[in-house]
Amino acid sequence: MKQLVLQLTGEGGLLAGVPYPLAAALAMLLFGAIVVFVFVLPVAGVTSWLERRVWARIQSRVGPNRVGPQGFLQWLADGIKNMLKEDIIPTAADRILFSIAPYLVVIGFIATFAVIPFSSALVIADLNIGILYVTAVTGLVVVGVLMAGWASNNKWSLLGGIRSAAQIVSYEIPAALSIFPIVLLTGTLSMQGIIQAQGWAPWHWFLFHNPFTFTAFFIFFVAALAEGNRTPFDLPEAESELVAGFCTEYSGMRYLLFFLAEWGNLYVIGAIVTTLFLGGWQVPHVTDNPFVLAVLQFGVFFLKSYFWVFIAMWVRATLPRVRVDQLMSLCWLYMVPIAIVNLVGTAIWMMVVPAGLDRVVQMLMTLGGAAIVVGFFGRVRFHLRRAKLRDVDYYYNPII
Amino acid sequence: MGYFRNIKETVATIFEGMSVTFSHFMRRPYTVQYPDRVPIRIQDTLPFRYRGILEVDLEICTGCLACERACPIDCIVIDAVKDKDTRQMVLKRFDIDIAKCMYCGLCSEPCPTGSIHHTSEFEGADYSLESMLRRFVKTPVVAYKPKKGPETDPEVAPILDRGMAYLTDFAAGGEE
Repeated sequence: MKQLVLQLTGEGGLLAGVPYPLAAALAMLLFGAIVVFVFVLPVAGVTSWLERRVWARIQSRVGPNRVGPQGFLQWLADGIKNMLKEDIIPTAADRILFSIAPYLVVIGFIATFAVIPFSSALVIADLNIGILYVTAVTGLVVVGVLMAGWASNNKWSLLGGIRSAAQIVSYEIPAALSIFPIVLLTGTLSMQGIIQAQGWAPWHWFLFHNPFTFTAFFIFFVAALAEGNRTPFDLPEAESELVAGFCTEYSGMRYLLFFLAEWGNLYVIGAIVTTLFLGGWQVPHVTDNPFVLAVLQFGVFFLKSYFWVFIAMWVRATLPRVRVDQLMSLCWLYMVPIAIVNLVGTAIWMMVVPAGLDRVVQMLMTLGGAAIVVGFFGRVRFHLRRAKLRDVDYYYNPII
Repeated sequence: MGYFRNIKETVATIFEGMSVTFSHFMRRPYTVQYPDRVPIRIQDTLPFRYRGILEVDLEICTGCLACERACPIDCIVIDAVKDKDTRQMVLKRFDIDIAKCMYCGLCSEPCPTGSIHHTSEFEGADYSLESMLRRFVKTPVVAYKPKKGPETDPEVAPILDRGMAYLTDFAAGGEE
């Protein structure tokens, strides 16, 4: 993007004479707007549809399949319906805080897209503190959620907001501690730098770098789910206890914004996980054409990150909600100590293990990862057999 | 060491649970997408004795009023008069108010010919009560008079056979 801006502001360019910093800022704003409206909003919407379809299949149902082909446009119908609804602000609520809270939540997740590297060229701003920026800016979500809970003037909303605050503040610690091993390995906080330190092949990924990063990956993913208020950690919105938690009093557009943030946040989790542990946009060297390369890298990055969105849906359809005390003990008694062990372990690993052994371990780790996947499908096969299904009950079509 | 056992059990049980839910991706959903995406009409899958909306075969109705007397909520109204000249029963009105009917089946039991019977049709929703009043007699018709011996009229015979089969099935109590 820097090259493009330089070309445009240079001699004979479209913006000749415009000072470079101004042109660069304009380009960033424009690209940011494009990312938000062309990418983030549809992805969040489609995720909401896909999530319902995935749950439905897991529960032997069909899910929304009437609006558009296979119900694909359900998210548009839901969005339009919510936008047309009345936006109710309760009389006893704090009007100003109540009104701005959803926007803070949305800003908290949309701002992360500023540093998400979709390809080697497609990134709004390659900050040198990229990953730190992500952790900092997602902290804004807790402000919005707590604000929504308090301003609603409703005991369930307040409880939901406080639970959310406790949860996000707690789980940011294991999440951040799981980022540190990667930062140790790469020596940079820049998202692009972290990706460039990895390769396209699985054994170049930090996921399979050593046993500590492997554990750190799962700790980070679980902590990210908890930060995103996802099941099994969706205590702030626990229907059976708190109605809808902090969004109990919301309706119409503002309610929609909370869910936009929730589903959009899923993609952010996937993107960060991909960047840190799964090699980001790295592709084998196949072409020098910058356009084809950008498309390829974008595709690889999108597929990898969307795979983790799928995993999050699948986890949500599988696991029951944890209790508040279980939530806290899981964080402070298990995840934080293990994350610290990972951090120290990675540091020792870097000092002790020689470069040659490094490669061997990475290969073995990759094989181990493949063995886990194979073992998993073995279990799936076992469960399918144990169900003693008739032939007509097998159904391999992903859509119905 | 309870601590490490907890970690091991957490990982193992989540692994197992995820494999169970994943296996459900390969199973056929049980959902029946009534009414528009069913392989065969639901009406065609129902048993012969299913008590759906009532219907009257006027060709074999004898005008005996047994059904009208049997109806506990008076949803059947029949006007049958004897024609002085021809000495035949003439049906002037045969109305069934589907909105009142409770599908008890008491009317179809005493019917001598199986003329009044339940169909397998159950989609009776409508926007007005008036349209739920089924008027079976449009113009006055002569009631059916049972013959000694088998029915000879080729048009009436199959209807009567159906009605008698219905009655037989009723008497059998559904045991086949």
